[in-house]
Amino acid sequence: MSSREDWWYDEAAGPLVRPYAMVRGRTRPNAPDLHLVTQVRTSSFASDQTSLTVEHREIMSLCVRPLSVAEVAAYLDVPLVVVKVLLSDLIERGDVIVQNSAPRVPDRDLLQAVLDGVRGI
Amino acid sequence: MVFVGSDDQLTVPTSVKIVIAGGFGTGKTTMVSSVSEIPPLKTEELLTEAGVHVDDLAGIEGKNTTTVALDFGRITINASVVLYLFGTPGQNRFWFMWDELAHGAIGAVVLVDTRRLDSSFPSIDFFEHRGVPFIVAVNCFDGGQLYTVDEVRHALDLDDAIPVLLCDARDRESSKAVLVGLIQHSMNRLAPA
Repeated sequence: MSSREDWWYDEAAGPLVRPYAMVRGRTRPNAPDLHLVTQVRTSSFASDQTSLTVEHREIMSLCVRPLSVAEVAAYLDVPLVVVKVLLSDLIERGDVIVQNSAPRVPDRDLLQAVLDGVRGI
Repeated sequence: MVFVGSDDQLTVPTSVKIVIAGGFGTGKTTMVSSVSEIPPLKTEELLTEAGVHVDDLAGIEGKNTTTVALDFGRITINASVVLYLFGTPGQNRFWFMWDELAHGAIGAVVLVDTRRLDSSFPSIDFFEHRGVPFIVAVNCFDGGQLYTVDEVRHALDLDDAIPVLLCDARDRESSKAVLVGLIQHSMNRLAPA
């Protein structure tokens, strides 16, 4: 009979499933416009989740409040490229909505808002 | 693909970012920590030897892959705008990562330690060549400020239009003043309204 002590892996050995196995080796997300700071948010019309992986569902529960791609990667503790692939799966399903723009240099109004915001913290 | 503005009552905020650059040990992560509303987060990007994205991992097991760690913080400006602060990875071999960081950024703060002025040269060159607005912030470790702003400006061969500020990256108000200085500098560079 094997006890817990006999297990050949433990927390120190790292994850049993390598990160890229989560995305079946895919490293190129279908949604090309996902940048570090692109905001994503779980849709209020999320579809049936039964076919989703644990990681997809984790992203959906994280993103009930809007988060950047970089934050999702950090909270899930997986590399950015893996999170981009998982997110693009969810975006294609309509389960996650995304900010509709690549990073752009902010205009004066946006800069003024940021300036006021930073002064206020 | 569902975009903001389509038939969904939820909105997604706009992101803006500021890059905190400078040589190793100049206090980049310290500055991010002192103003961020969350403890700085860390994420990793996978790199191949050539530093380009790969389509598929099949067949590259034997190649040199590495990861580059990015530290970042967050300031929620209001319900529709979030500011992210990214510390640059220190090693020169991650230069191309700086391109993604600088793309669309409000601008950059180049942190300088006057004991190792030369460690900030590469950052200054990078932002000058790419036309990214930047300011220089001299991090005064333990109050030890050996040089005046003018001396630092001269030593770094900076254009007169580039603001040089003294700061203490550990201090929240001081770091806030640096961010304010950068945002104002970026606004000044825009064409008059």
